[in-house]
Amino acid sequence: MSALEFRTAVRDAIAEEMARDESVVFFGEDVGAPGGVFMVTPGLQERFGAERVIDTPISEMALAGAAFGAAVAGLRPIIEIMFGDFMALPMDSLVNQAAKFWYVSGEQAGVPLVVRSAVGGGGRFGAMHSQIHATWYQGIPGLKIAFPSSPAEAKGLLKGAIRDDNPVIFLEHKRLYSAKGPEPEPGQEVIELGVAAVARAGSDLTVASAGKGVADALVAAEALQKDGVDVEVVDLRTLRPLDVDCVLQSVARTNRLLAVEEGPRTGGWAAGLLGAVAEAGLHDIDDAWILATAETPVPYAPTLEDAFIPGAEAIAASVRERLGLPASPASAIARA
Amino acid sequence: MAGTQSAQTPSTAAYVRGYERMLLIRGFEHEMHRLFLRGEIHGTTHLSAGQEAVPVGVCSQLQADDYVAGTYRGHGHALAKGTDPEALAAEMLGRSIGVCGGRAGSMNVIDLEHGLVGCFGIVGGSIAAATGAALAARRQGRVAVAFFGDGATNQGYFHECLNFAAVLALPAVFVCENNLYGEFTPMGQVTAGADIAGRAGAYGLPAAVVDGNDLWAVTEAGREAVARARAGEGPTLLECQTYRHYGHSKSDPAKYRPPEEVKHWMARDPLRIARERLLEHGAAQDHLEAVEGEVRVRLERAIEAAREAPFPDPDEPRATEFAA
Repeated sequence: MSALEFRTAVRDAIAEEMARDESVVFFGEDVGAPGGVFMVTPGLQERFGAERVIDTPISEMALAGAAFGAAVAGLRPIIEIMFGDFMALPMDSLVNQAAKFWYVSGEQAGVPLVVRSAVGGGGRFGAMHSQIHATWYQGIPGLKIAFPSSPAEAKGLLKGAIRDDNPVIFLEHKRLYSAKGPEPEPGQEVIELGVAAVARAGSDLTVASAGKGVADALVAAEALQKDGVDVEVVDLRTLRPLDVDCVLQSVARTNRLLAVEEGPRTGGWAAGLLGAVAEAGLHDIDDAWILATAETPVPYAPTLEDAFIPGAEAIAASVRERLGLPASPASAIARA
Repeated sequence: MAGTQSAQTPSTAAYVRGYERMLLIRGFEHEMHRLFLRGEIHGTTHLSAGQEAVPVGVCSQLQADDYVAGTYRGHGHALAKGTDPEALAAEMLGRSIGVCGGRAGSMNVIDLEHGLVGCFGIVGGSIAAATGAALAARRQGRVAVAFFGDGATNQGYFHECLNFAAVLALPAVFVCENNLYGEFTPMGQVTAGADIAGRAGAYGLPAAVVDGNDLWAVTEAGREAVARARAGEGPTLLECQTYRHYGHSKSDPAKYRPPEEVKHWMARDPLRIARERLLEHGAAQDHLEAVEGEVRVRLERAIEAAREAPFPDPDEPRATEFAA
């Protein structure tokens, strides 16, 4: 296996698209000369110049507004809003300006912009640097939300997002930045947004998730296999639009659905997915449930944060409990 | 108006064209008021009568492909930049031939063909949109203008974007239409320092206080600011002091304004000032009367055509969530 690191995959996607299309620009806080706080983007400014890779003030409202204005005036901006938590600040430009433009304008033009952010818990960053903001944006027509689960997928989805003519919220889980995996397979170099994938085939139960949740579900699936449970893992890839059809087809095979969401159940995408599956596929469902976080902010203390996040062990335990299997597993999983 | 050479002082003929555009905006706003009272325009609408000299003066210095971002009081911004009055009236009336197909209404007009990247229902939104357009304009040899009210200068957008545009030396012109009231509240009561132009100093930007009811003053200030932007010398803040003839929105009779203040500003009606100035500068009375008559006829025809146009069909399966 050639080892592509997640952060390198993101960098390569940006570089390849900037080389391919002069209208792609990239800006944000510390992304240029410093190379980003997670060292995702070093070298891009040197290669493409300070006119196209721009270090900006710490001004999230201006950043998103600038991305919107630049996009409707002919550029294809990628911006970095460093941590997903900061995405509370630029909501007006993204929700009221970018997302509505295509429809409200009478379809005069799309708004091709991408907003990259580092998201998720597990890094002991505390309540204001650990959230996943996807669901804050979930209910906004006109937005797309992508959440890759592997290096190859990060590269393909980001390239797909940059080429998309609509505003895309792009989530990068912090605990995946150092993950390594194979290069994209042929035909997956550019992944179309809105299409889910079966990451692991199985017959007893479908686990649907996105981002790091998919990586955790795959680990849990291997452990559950040893207990005799054959798990199918659906990688949603895009939370909006949500590929409900892919999940319905999977549930038609397995008759059970577990949606794993790193975030609170209330108002989350998992609840929407279960609703959509119930509406269209009730006849196929023997069981469906959600594994989400507690309804609290993300805690700091390692013991509290580990218990808060639905990792591989929690997924396996939830499946065993739901299926009435012994709590003591045939094989234990190290905490993800 | 596009195509005016920014390097030269505009001729009297150019100012007649500006007067004509101001008449068009004033007439349009009166028509919107009338149609609203008749129940043909829905929701709310924010009229810009009294403020016409600001967008007309600034836009007279722009090229056709320069960018403008306007506000929810944006009919004048659109008309000054070149939006067709019939398409704009049809939009207000919610008709399918509206500039946005009837999907936008009064507060959210978009007309990319004429460089209008949008009118924004959120106070200050235009500042952000123009800042971004300026990022593209820098590569295209163009300029981006934001129109916004005095209320917007207390929004985060104003401060973030002036700083952002200044540090990147973007080709932007920030045009504040200071009509002395943020909705129903006097500007000075909620604006520390009560000096909007003075705020530019904090960002190292040039600024000017401009008589926003004087087409000549606005045109000259706009000429300098646009030339500076086009030359790569960065943004400018213009504080154009003006006054709205109607209330904030259709539900506001504006009884909070002192009668003597209203009287003072009505006497300084920008159309009256422009007409008197044009006559002083040698424009012929009958020529101006002819222009006034032409605008009336053009507007009547535009409104008539808009009213006769069909409403959008909700069953038409045309709308898509995403651009393909």
